[in-house]
Order: sequence, then structure tokens, then C-alpha cells
Amino acid sequence: MSSETARLRLKTWICVPVVVLANAFGDFFMKRGMPRSLHTPFEYIGALFQPWVALGVVLLIVWQLSRMALLSWADLSYVVPVTAVGYVVVALLGRVFLDERITMARWVGIVLIVAGVMLVGGGTEPQTTGSHHGTGAAR
Amino acid sequence: MKWLIVGIMVAATTAGEVLQAYGMRRHGEIRDFRPGALGRALGVLARNRYVIASVVSMAVSFFALMKLLSVTELSFAVPVSAVTYVLETVLAKYVLKERVNRLRWAGAALVICGVALVSL
Repeated sequence: MSSETARLRLKTWICVPVVVLANAFGDFFMKRGMPRSLHTPFEYIGALFQPWVALGVVLLIVWQLSRMALLSWADLSYVVPVTAVGYVVVALLGRVFLDERITMARWVGIVLIVAGVMLVGGGTEPQTTGSHHGTGAAR
Repeated sequence: MKWLIVGIMVAATTAGEVLQAYGMRRHGEIRDFRPGALGRALGVLARNRYVIASVVSMAVSFFALMKLLSVTELSFAVPVSAVTYVLETVLAKYVLKERVNRLRWAGAALVICGVALVSL
């Protein structure tokens, strides 16, 4: 049982950074290429073919697939807070590469989000489903 | 206007993720990461009605994110969407029946405060 726990923990530690970085850079590239005017459905579809937006979409697909895999063995209430760190990374990307001005109140808010995330994730075991391993998938 | 977009995005993201978690849990742990096995798993998941509903919700949330990114800055749009974590913790407890302790609730409360400050 303990080697089972260690196996799942290793899988989790490999998967989480992939999920976080794919999400953060996906959002960043989306913003980088997003046109200011989005009104008609045609403009939405057209924006998807803007190179930076397209790169962002690819990364967001990587994010979704790696996240789905992670959710097949880890609880939502573990996955969600841990990956929230990516939302802080993306704020830094906006500050550094998009020259966004971030007020002191906004930085404090971001720090509070980090603190909340660590509190939520800190006491949480990576895997809490324990006794069931899917149905008939083991063989 | 931008708060309406935030509301649509948060609701759609939360619905999508709870449906996704429930659908993937019904499917069971993914153990085999070889391309053929992953392809077969995708084939099975494409017929899972919870996964299908989650994909529709995610699409709504994606177009809402596009709209939000086009009218606000990245450092507003992304932190504000952290509200979904609070909603998700609530739904994880009452819909997915996961264990949510007091420490996690306190963390969720801090996230709410953080999001409020970010939106000032």
C-alpha cells in the first residue's frame, strides 16, 4: 500500500508542473495575440488563427489533457488549489512581458491567493481515493 | 460588462471541472501512457456523457476567456478567475462528496480576499 502511495505521488509530482506551466504560458500567449475587438462569431474564430493565440490554444490543450490525466487519480480539491499557483506565474508574465502596471493592492491580493492556495493544499494528501482503482481497468 | 463575462466564465469553468472530475473518476485511474492505450482511453471517454458535458462547458468558458482577455489586462483576467477555486471547493464537498477540512475552507476564504484585492 505504501509503494502504491509512493507511485501515485511520483506521478503527481511529474504531472503538476506540466499542468501549471502549460496553463500559465497558454493564458499569456492568448493575451499576447488577442485582438481588442471581439464581437461577431467570425471575429472569435478568426482570432484563433492569430499565431500567438494559436500557440496559446495548443498549450491550453496540453493543459487540459495533462489535467484530465491528473484528475483520474487525484482529487479535484487537491488539483485545483495546487494549480492555482499558475495564476500567479501568469500575473508575473503580464508584468514582465506585457508591461502591465500592477498596483500594490493587486500584488497583495496575489500574495493572499498564494497563501490561500498553500493553506488549502498544505494539509492535503496527493491521493485520497485510496481503496478503489477504477472498474476492470487493472488487468 | 467585464463582470458579466467573469460570471459566465466562472460558472462555466466550475460546471465543466466538476463534470470532468466526476466523469474521469467513473472512468478510473489512467495507468498506461503508451499512445495506443491513450487513444483507446480517449475513445472510451468520448462516449462518457459527463466528459461530453464538461467539454461543452469548457468551450463556453474558453470563449468567455477570449472575450475577457480582449477587454481587460492579463493580471486582472487571470487572478479574478481564481474565484472558480472557491466555488469548486464547495462543489467538491457537496457534489463529489470529497473530504474538505477546516484548513481548506480557511484557504478558500483567503483566496476570496485575494481576488477582491486584485479587482480593486
